[in-house]
Amino acid sequence: MWQEESDLSLSIAQIVQKLKGSSLYAQLERQAWASLQRTDIKLESLKEDIKRFFKTSGWEKKLQNAVYSELSVFPLPSHPAVPPEHLKEPLVYMRKAQGSWEKRILKSLNSMCTELSIPLARKRPVGDQKELLNKWNEMGTDEPDLSHFRPVYAPKDFLEVLINLRNPNYENGDSPSFRTHLGLIQIPLKVKDIPELKELFVELGLTTGQLGIDDSTQVPPELFENEHVRIGQKVLAEQDSAAAQQYVRQGSPTALRAELWALILNISSQPEDILYYEQLKTNVIQHDLLVDSLIYKDVKLTASNDDYYFVFEDYLYQVLLCFSRDTSVLGHFAYNSASPPRSYIRGKLGIEEYAVFYPPNGVIPFHGFSMYVAPLCFLYNEPSKLYQIFREMYVRFFFRLHSISSHPSGIVSLCLLFETLLQTYLPQLFYHLREIGAQPLRISFKWMVRAFSGYLATDQLLLLWDRILGYNSLEILAVLAAAVFAFRAVNLMEVTSLAAAEAVLADLSTLKVMPLLQIFLFATVT
Amino acid sequence: MMAGKVKWVTDIEKSVLINNFEKRGWVQVTESEDWNFYWMSVQTIRNVFSVETGYRLSDDQIVNHFPNHYELTRKDLMVKNIKRYRKELEKEGSPLAEKDENGKYLYLDFVPVTYMLPADYNLFVEEFRKSPSSTWIMKPCGKAQGKGIFLINKLSQIKKWSRDSKTSSFVSQSTKEAYVISLYISNPLLIGGRKFDLRLYVLVSTYRPLRCYMYKLGFCRFCTVKYTPSTSELDNMFVHLTNVAIQKHGEDYNHIHGGKWTVSNLRLYLESTRGKEVTGKLFDEIHWIIVQSLKAVAPVMNNDKHCFECYGYDIIIDDKLKPWLIEVNASPSLTSSTANDRILKYNLINDTLNIAVPNGEIPDCKWNKSPPKEVLGNYEVLYDEELAQGDGAERELRSRSGQSLGPRGIRSRDSGRSFLTTWK
Repeated sequence: MWQEESDLSLSIAQIVQKLKGSSLYAQLERQAWASLQRTDIKLESLKEDIKRFFKTSGWEKKLQNAVYSELSVFPLPSHPAVPPEHLKEPLVYMRKAQGSWEKRILKSLNSMCTELSIPLARKRPVGDQKELLNKWNEMGTDEPDLSHFRPVYAPKDFLEVLINLRNPNYENGDSPSFRTHLGLIQIPLKVKDIPELKELFVELGLTTGQLGIDDSTQVPPELFENEHVRIGQKVLAEQDSAAAQQYVRQGSPTALRAELWALILNISSQPEDILYYEQLKTNVIQHDLLVDSLIYKDVKLTASNDDYYFVFEDYLYQVLLCFSRDTSVLGHFAYNSASPPRSYIRGKLGIEEYAVFYPPNGVIPFHGFSMYVAPLCFLYNEPSKLYQIFREMYVRFFFRLHSISSHPSGIVSLCLLFETLLQTYLPQLFYHLREIGAQPLRISFKWMVRAFSGYLATDQLLLLWDRILGYNSLEILAVLAAAVFAFRAVNLMEVTSLAAAEAVLADLSTLKVMPLLQIFLFATVT
Repeated sequence: MMAGKVKWVTDIEKSVLINNFEKRGWVQVTESEDWNFYWMSVQTIRNVFSVETGYRLSDDQIVNHFPNHYELTRKDLMVKNIKRYRKELEKEGSPLAEKDENGKYLYLDFVPVTYMLPADYNLFVEEFRKSPSSTWIMKPCGKAQGKGIFLINKLSQIKKWSRDSKTSSFVSQSTKEAYVISLYISNPLLIGGRKFDLRLYVLVSTYRPLRCYMYKLGFCRFCTVKYTPSTSELDNMFVHLTNVAIQKHGEDYNHIHGGKWTVSNLRLYLESTRGKEVTGKLFDEIHWIIVQSLKAVAPVMNNDKHCFECYGYDIIIDDKLKPWLIEVNASPSLTSSTANDRILKYNLINDTLNIAVPNGEIPDCKWNKSPPKEVLGNYEVLYDEELAQGDGAERELRSRSGQSLGPRGIRSRDSGRSFLTTWK
């Protein structure tokens, strides 16, 4: 933590620099100037008076939330001379692996391009532009011929890459011993065990009230729910991000969730945000990108067939097409081990001045990508707000689920955490599944990559994502995956093939997430 | 009494029915034999109770329709009965019949303005001229599944129903040609930009005293095409009608989810985007209008003790979160459009039979029709007149602030009971 004074001043300097470029800074400046009109601001004590004014008018709180947001998202360098690659990913071999994975993806994209003779990007003819504008709210009724498009990659392709990941500095000996990890991931990263997880997720303990458990029909609301709702309303009235984050660890009441998440993510719909979204929309109208077809295909394959999310198909296009064109997303590559793919203007291959990021936001969608957005449609029905929330969720959390890094919330750590939990606390089950050729990770990987979207019932999913926001970590996904296996252990012990194991775990829609987590963490004999 | 297997007959060949009979070990017989349970279509019920056939049901025979169910399930009669009910309440000075300053009923305005054609043609024209830009929906009285329905926004479109029209080929007052015309809800609540309606199942075991149950697993039916109130789309029935029978033929119909959402999804969405209070109020109002519609027809219903009935209620919610009763179906479709659907309908029949034919044994229609709580399954008691009247406490119809609408139902969630309403 803050071990040295120099650490602290370095971090402060960094945050100040970041915030100076934000609209909040401009607003604060304006407010400060306007406050000079007030009678309680005196020239002799100008600085103190303005500070007091900011406090009472709620502007200090906004600043506090912005600082908190920066702290939550941006990893702060521990040393001023740290090179930027280390912020992305400190381990060299991980960086290399991510680099080669990206090369493969880009190659796949380019070859699809060549095969189908479709440019990566082109300007839309004016007639098409008009048509698209008219159809903006119902792009779902469009039926473009997508038969030749295939997703650039699916989660299982990514899993193969992770399975083959090796640390060249680590030698675990020729003969497998009891120390050899029996799972698929062969990387020595530090992951938490149950005692450490209990410490991290202390609010999920048996003696603390939870939404998802203590609001069920059998429990009288006076015992927990009413008070919890009251506190939630208070948190919203105070507009305090940090308090909101702490609060949702016990779950968010449905009526307050949309506002609480916006507060935690520090999203407020300012006019300039709405304008920015409209601008992105214009970009979509004017230019046609190859990734648009990939997005269409993904939505048609996944969300359109989902019992919960099919209703919001059109919103998904409106969010994802704009997302692809949003260059502000490039900012998150500073702390993402991934780097945006580069392409070159036709005929200028290799010439740096003609290099562009493709797609403009640097994120190539894969099969199931649209499912990150879908659950949010239950909370936000205004497209620009929905867009902002999704974008922030992506640059804080979701990107970690499909890039190779050593971060504790990165997918590699999550996989390792899942396998280690299973191997340590359900060794018999783990061994049995491994023996029949049903490595558990092969089944649970897709759940974690999608943060369980499309696998759980929506109300349960939202309770799960409450905790992701509350703890600012994705580790809960691995814990839930292990808890699901624990829950269905009896049936799983009886299967004799991977297919049968898949069948036992095919339908998670009836699961209640919080009891599973609580039992696994706090009520299992370890 | 011979203890034997229940003998059943049906003239509706649907697996969700037959599987339920067979799993109870019931024995299939034909109509001409001695039967205990007959799940009949609405055509058959007409014959069974018609004066000519002179059918007399014995104590150990049960059927799934009330003889004159059409008082509720025919669009014109439903409206007629509700209008009569309202007038009666008004006459006796009941607070339920209170009106606002515009003359609209505060608590009983839940059916869109409706007229019978050709009988009320002139009344309709007067109303139409008051708001000439409105859209109206024409529905044939006797048909179902969205057949024969169309929208109009010009008087010329319904010229032939005009009584004094020279081109009218309409001579007889045959009920087959009768239509109702209702004000079209042009501001429906949209979700994801799409229009939807609610299908709720309500089981009535007796009308006097009124005892009815609401099936917890109702669903929303979404149109596959984006809703647009524009006049050019009036003819596109895929935009306007939510009947699955019509939607199924649209290009975008999906056979996995069938364009359906559970009512619990609707509740989650509304609570998340609109708030808990207004959502609770909406659902209270929905329960209220169902009970009022049943109370309206209760006096004219032939409360034959051999009968029970499972209705399909169609409700539309407008963008002010007010529910409107569109129609009640006597024979809700037992066809399944998706796998989920099949499971739902199978369970619906199962729970219905558990209530209507206690213990799956040969029925005695003299029983008190009060099943124990354990057999309700996915049904909840919507209204029990006997219980409501036996309850001495007077219930206020309005909250102190004068805001709420009549329904002060105790939501089953809060009290852990399975009662949805306790107002009289």
